[in-house]
Amino acid sequence: MSWYLVSFIAVMTSATFLTRALPFLLFRRGGEHPLMAYIGRYLPPAIMLLLVIYCLQTVDFTQPPHGAPELLASGVVVAVHMLWRNSLISIGAGTALYMYLVQSGVLG
Amino acid sequence: MNQNSLASSFQATVPVMFGYIPMGMAFGLLLANADYAWYVATLMGIFIYAGAAQFLAVGLLAAQAGLLEVAIATFLLNSRHIFYGLSLMHRFKARGWRRFYLVFGLTDETFSLLTSQPYQPGVDETRAQLQMTALNQGYWVVGCTLGALLGQAIEFDTTGLEFTLPALFIVLVIEQYRSVRRLFPFVIAVLAAVVTFLLGGAEQMLLISIALALSLLLLGRRAGVVQ
Repeated sequence: MSWYLVSFIAVMTSATFLTRALPFLLFRRGGEHPLMAYIGRYLPPAIMLLLVIYCLQTVDFTQPPHGAPELLASGVVVAVHMLWRNSLISIGAGTALYMYLVQSGVLG
Repeated sequence: MNQNSLASSFQATVPVMFGYIPMGMAFGLLLANADYAWYVATLMGIFIYAGAAQFLAVGLLAAQAGLLEVAIATFLLNSRHIFYGLSLMHRFKARGWRRFYLVFGLTDETFSLLTSQPYQPGVDETRAQLQMTALNQGYWVVGCTLGALLGQAIEFDTTGLEFTLPALFIVLVIEQYRSVRRLFPFVIAVLAAVVTFLLGGAEQMLLISIALALSLLLLGRRAGVVQ
């Protein structure tokens, strides 16, 4: 293991732990404040959707296949999840379809 | 009695096991395909223990990203965890290293598991929380290691495997909607993303758009539009 790799893992470990520990360090007793409850309830859904957009922001809709693999696979994830509500099946089905679409090049 | 509590903790974590082992394997495969030794995946699962960040790590390692960039990107990507701690603060009774480990292991899935556990009198809540957190991390480390070993043993075309990450977030969006039953957080997210794109902030998109979304949420509350 190189020195870079060791530092890389140490930095990522610390940054991740910081995000999880920060509220416990900052708000030792503030967990029940109504504003915190409001943020805690409505910010996570907004962040989840922003993460989806962030992951798909590199898709180029002007070039063939015009984002079709991403759109189709995302649609399958939503549909399968509405049907069975099993995260593994939803993620697995969408990813399998996406891998097939990009590896086979059927969409051009 | 201790065995009963472990059995019920295991039962509660079974869905996470079915998610973490394949997802960890996907990560291990990607890392092994980038020519890293199998134990690097194991170490990352033990120390970093964050799905999205570890997938991001594969890209950052390939780009030999600077450590400051790694720190900022990881912090931003995982910044949603700040709000998980807020919601669990009153339920964490553990102290010392037990508290440290519960906070360390607060992933998306562990958070949803711990917040959905009904309070049961006579059950040692801290023990159950620790068991579930440790079981979940166990599944993740096993998955990462298996994937890396598999990736070293056979050539495997992983093109497109990175879609597991957006797929996971799509599932979490649906689950979040089922839990809050309100559309405005999602409308705010789309608004924030559009404004960020118009500002040309693709590089810092996540930071800017999350800050915008938070501001819009607070504005909406102050204006009495939402509560």
